[in-house]
Amino acid sequence: MALLEIQNLTVEFQTASGLFRAVDNVSLTCDRGEILSIVGESGSGKSVSMLALMGLLPWTAKITADRLAFDGKDLIGLSPRQRRNIIGKDMAMIFQEPMSSLNPCFTVGFQLGETLRIHMGMNRAQRRERSIELLKLVGIPAPEERLSNFPHQMSGGMSQRVMIAMALACNPKLLIADEPTTALDVTIQAQILDLLVRLQKENGMALVLITHDMGVVAETAHRVQVQYAGQKVEEQPVGQLFADPHHPYTAALLAALPERAVAGEKLPSIAGVVPGQHDRPTGCLFAPRCAFVQPDCHQGARRQGRELGEALCNYPLVKGVPLDHPAFAVKEGA
Amino acid sequence: MSQAVLEAKDLARHYSVRRGLFKPDATVRALNGVSFELYSGKTLAIVGESGCGKSTLARLVTMIEDPSAGTLLIDGKPASVDDMSLRSQVQIVFQNPYGSLNPRQKVGSILEEPLKINTSDDAATRRRKAEEMMAKVGLRPEHYDRYPHMFSGGQRQRIAIARALMLRPKVLVLDEPVSALDLSIQAQVLNLLMDLQKEMGLAYLFISHGLSVVRHIADEVMVMYLGKPVETGTAEEVFSNPKHPYTAALLSATPIADPSRAKNRIRLQGELPSPLKPPPGCPFNPRCWKATDICRQEMPPLAGGETHKFACHHPLD
Amino acid sequence: MSTVTASPKKTGHPSALAEFWHYFSRNKGAVIGLAIFIVILVVAILAPLFAPHSPSEQNREALLLVPSWMEGGNSSYLLGTDAVGRDILSRLIYGARFSLFIGLVVVTLSVISGVLVGLVAGYFGGRTDIVIMRIMDIILAFPSLLLALVLVAVLGPGLLNAMIAISLVNQPHFVRLTRASVLAEREKEYVVASKVAGAGTMRIMFLTILPNCLGPLIVQATLAFSAAILDAAALGFLGMGAQPPTPEWGTMLAEAREFIQRAPWVVTFPGLAILITVLAINLMGDGLRDALDPKLKRS
Repeated sequence: MALLEIQNLTVEFQTASGLFRAVDNVSLTCDRGEILSIVGESGSGKSVSMLALMGLLPWTAKITADRLAFDGKDLIGLSPRQRRNIIGKDMAMIFQEPMSSLNPCFTVGFQLGETLRIHMGMNRAQRRERSIELLKLVGIPAPEERLSNFPHQMSGGMSQRVMIAMALACNPKLLIADEPTTALDVTIQAQILDLLVRLQKENGMALVLITHDMGVVAETAHRVQVQYAGQKVEEQPVGQLFADPHHPYTAALLAALPERAVAGEKLPSIAGVVPGQHDRPTGCLFAPRCAFVQPDCHQGARRQGRELGEALCNYPLVKGVPLDHPAFAVKEGA
Repeated sequence: MSQAVLEAKDLARHYSVRRGLFKPDATVRALNGVSFELYSGKTLAIVGESGCGKSTLARLVTMIEDPSAGTLLIDGKPASVDDMSLRSQVQIVFQNPYGSLNPRQKVGSILEEPLKINTSDDAATRRRKAEEMMAKVGLRPEHYDRYPHMFSGGQRQRIAIARALMLRPKVLVLDEPVSALDLSIQAQVLNLLMDLQKEMGLAYLFISHGLSVVRHIADEVMVMYLGKPVETGTAEEVFSNPKHPYTAALLSATPIADPSRAKNRIRLQGELPSPLKPPPGCPFNPRCWKATDICRQEMPPLAGGETHKFACHHPLD
Repeated sequence: MSTVTASPKKTGHPSALAEFWHYFSRNKGAVIGLAIFIVILVVAILAPLFAPHSPSEQNREALLLVPSWMEGGNSSYLLGTDAVGRDILSRLIYGARFSLFIGLVVVTLSVISGVLVGLVAGYFGGRTDIVIMRIMDIILAFPSLLLALVLVAVLGPGLLNAMIAISLVNQPHFVRLTRASVLAEREKEYVVASKVAGAGTMRIMFLTILPNCLGPLIVQATLAFSAAILDAAALGFLGMGAQPPTPEWGTMLAEAREFIQRAPWVVTFPGLAILITVLAINLMGDGLRDALDPKLKRS
C-alpha cells in the first residue's frame, strides 16, 4: 500500500465572481522512499492540492475527495487536533520563500525546539542536542552559534536549510517540498537539491517535490505527475516522460525548453495562456491550445490507461504521433 | 565593426551603508569596474547570482543613477542622469510584470505616457502609435482600455515590452524578463524579443541567471561575481569552453531537463561573501577548489583573446 | 498550430466596482452604515422639504414641549421643543447639514494639505522628511481637542475657525499615512519605468505614485469625517464652535445643558443624532477597509 493516497481530490474556492475550481479530480499516490514530482505552470493547482492535504487552506476553500489517506489512516473526517498530530510529525512541508517561512521574532534554536517540544516532548537539553544534530545534518557550519541567530541574520540558502531541518525534526515519513529552490540562486539551488535527495535516501522518506522547473524534475524525481489547469494530465516515470511524453501538453512543454532548441532559432511555443477562472473551456482544458485538437475534444477528454501514462487525452501521443488521430479516419462528435 | 550604440568604460557604483549610530559608514562596491560594448542587433547577456551587481548595472545603463566612476557613452555621447536627450535611447523591461505596470493606469495610457513626456504628438497620433505597438507585441486592440490586473503575466510582459519600445530606443535593458513567467509563456516572450530585435535592430542587454535562456538568446556573455566580470566572450566560447571555475560551476549547477544525462556536478561550497567585506584577492577564492595563495592576495586581471577573456590565475583547460 | 482562442464559457473579469461591492457587502455592518449615511445625507440636502418648521422659528406658546408620543405632546412637534420653543426635529434636520458640511470641509482641508505634505516628505526623504515628520510629531503630542481649543481661542470662536482648527489637528494622520504609502510605492518598478521614460518629479509624484496610495487614504478619510463631526460638536458644546442660534448639534447640546433634569429630551436627541451619524460612518469605514485594503483581500 502506498504511503500517500489521494483519490479524486477537488478543491473549490469561493471568490467574488463565483466558485473557482483550483483542483479538479486529482488522484495521486506516493510510496515510501520515492520522489514524486508534481510539475505544472501557475494555476495548475499543484500547490493547492498539497495544501489541502495538509489542511492549510483558508476557510473559503471547499475540499472534497473520495479518499485521502496517509500511512493507512484516513484523513477525511479527522478532527483538526488529530490532524495536527500527524502534520508536522509524520508529514512535513517546506515552502518557496524561506525568508518569510521563519518567524522573524524568534531565534532559529527556539523555532526548531518548538517543533521538538510539541511533537516529541523533549526537555531543554535534549532539544538543544537534537537541534544541533539537525543543523549539522542539513549542512550548516557552526550549528551551535546558529541556534541563537535570528532569521534576518541568515541568507536565503541558510534559511531554507533551517526550514528543512525543522521539517525533518520528527523524522517525517513524507516531506512535501513546494518549489523549495525557486527563490534561490543556481549554485545554492544545487546544494539544496543535493541535500534533499541525500536526506530522502538516508531516511527512506517519501518526497513530493512541487516545481515548475523541468530541469529540477529531470535531475531529482523518480516519478512525475504533470498538472494543467487543476487537472492531472499525465503521470510517468521520469525517464519515460522525457523520452516519450504522451499528453500533447507535456510534449509541447518539453519542446519549449530553450535547452532543447537550437540557439538563436525560434522556440516552439504554445499559443495562448492557461485558462483562468473566467475563460475555462468546456471539454478538454488544453483543447484551445492543442496542436492536435479534434472536434470531440471540446466535448471531453478520456483518461488513458497506465501504459499511456494515464494521459487525459483522446489522442495520446506515442513517439510524438497522436494515436487514432482522425487525420485520415472518420470524424466523430462535431 | 561599426560604432557601438552603448559603451561602458570601467563603470563602478559604490553605495555607503549606515551600520548604526557609532560605527563608521561602510562602502558596498556593488559594481566595480565593468566595461563592455553593445552593438545594434546584438545581445549581450549579463549572468550572475544575486549580489553580483547585475541590477546595479541596469540602473546605471538606464541612467537612473550616475556611476561613481567610469563613463557611459550612448551613441558616442557621454550620458548622465540629468541629460534628458539620451534618456529615450535606453529603455528597460523588468523581471516582475506585476510590479512594473502602474495598477491605476489603463494599457493605453501606460503606452502613451512616454510619448506624452517626450514628444509633441497629439492625442490621435499617440493612440495610433500605441495601437501599432500593441499589434507588434501581440496584443489585441480591445486591450487598449483595460487595466493591467486583467492580464496574465505573459501579456503584462508584452505590455511592458511595448512601453519600452514606444520611444524607439536603440538599447533595451532586459532585467530577467522571462524568469517570472511560466515555461510555455517564456517561449512566447523569448520569440517575441528575438523577432523585435531583428525587426528594429535593437541592442539587448539581457540580464539573467537562467543559463539555458541566455545560451539560447545571447551573442555575447559576461559572467559576473561580486560586482566584477570574471569571464566574457561569445556565448559559444563561454558555454562550450568555460575558463573561470565560477562559470564552470554555474554551468554545472544549472539543472538540465534530461534525466539520462550523467550528473557530475561541481559542488560549490559555501555562499556568496557579504559585499560589505569582500575577500581580498580574487572574490571567488573562498569557494574555489583551485584557489592558491596568489588568489588570496591578488585580483587577476581580465585577460585573454578578442572573443574570450577571463580573470583567473588558474583557468580551466 | 491551432488558433482556437474563443472559449464558450467566457464570463469576463468582474469589473472593479463589482469586486469592490462584493467585498464591501460581505460586511453587513458596513451596508447598514452606508444606508443610514445615505438617509442622513438625503435628509440634510432636502432639509426644507423634511423639516416641519423653520429651525429658528420660536413658538412662545410651546416652550420645552415634550415629544409627541408622551403625555402632553403635540403632533406638530414630533420630538418636542427647546427652551425657546423651537422644533427640535427641524433643528436636528438642519443640524445634519452643518455636521456633514463640517465633516466635508475638514476632511477636504486635512486630506489636501496632509497628502501634499506627506507626498513631499515621502518622496524626497532625507532632511525634508525629518523636519516634516518632527513637526507632525509635535502636533500629535498635544491632546487634539486641547490644541483645537487653543487654536480657536487664538483665531476667535466661530464655525469656520473651528473647522480650520480641526483640520489642522487631523492633518498629521494623513501626512503619516501618505508618507508610509509613498515610501512603499516609490521603490516599485513602475515608478522606475516612468523615470526611465523621462517623467519629471511632479509627474511621478502626482500622476504615478499618488493614485496608488489612495486606498488607505479613503479609509482614513471616512474615519476622519466622523472624528471631525465629533470634534466640532465638542467645540460647539464648549462654546468655541458654531455660535447660537445656529442649529449645530454640539451647540444644541450646550444650550440644553441646564434643562437636563427638567427636559431630558432636549439633550437626548442631539446626542443620539451625533451617535448614530458617527457610528454609521465608522461602520462604513470598516467596510471600506475590507474592500480596499489589499492585505485583507482573498484570505
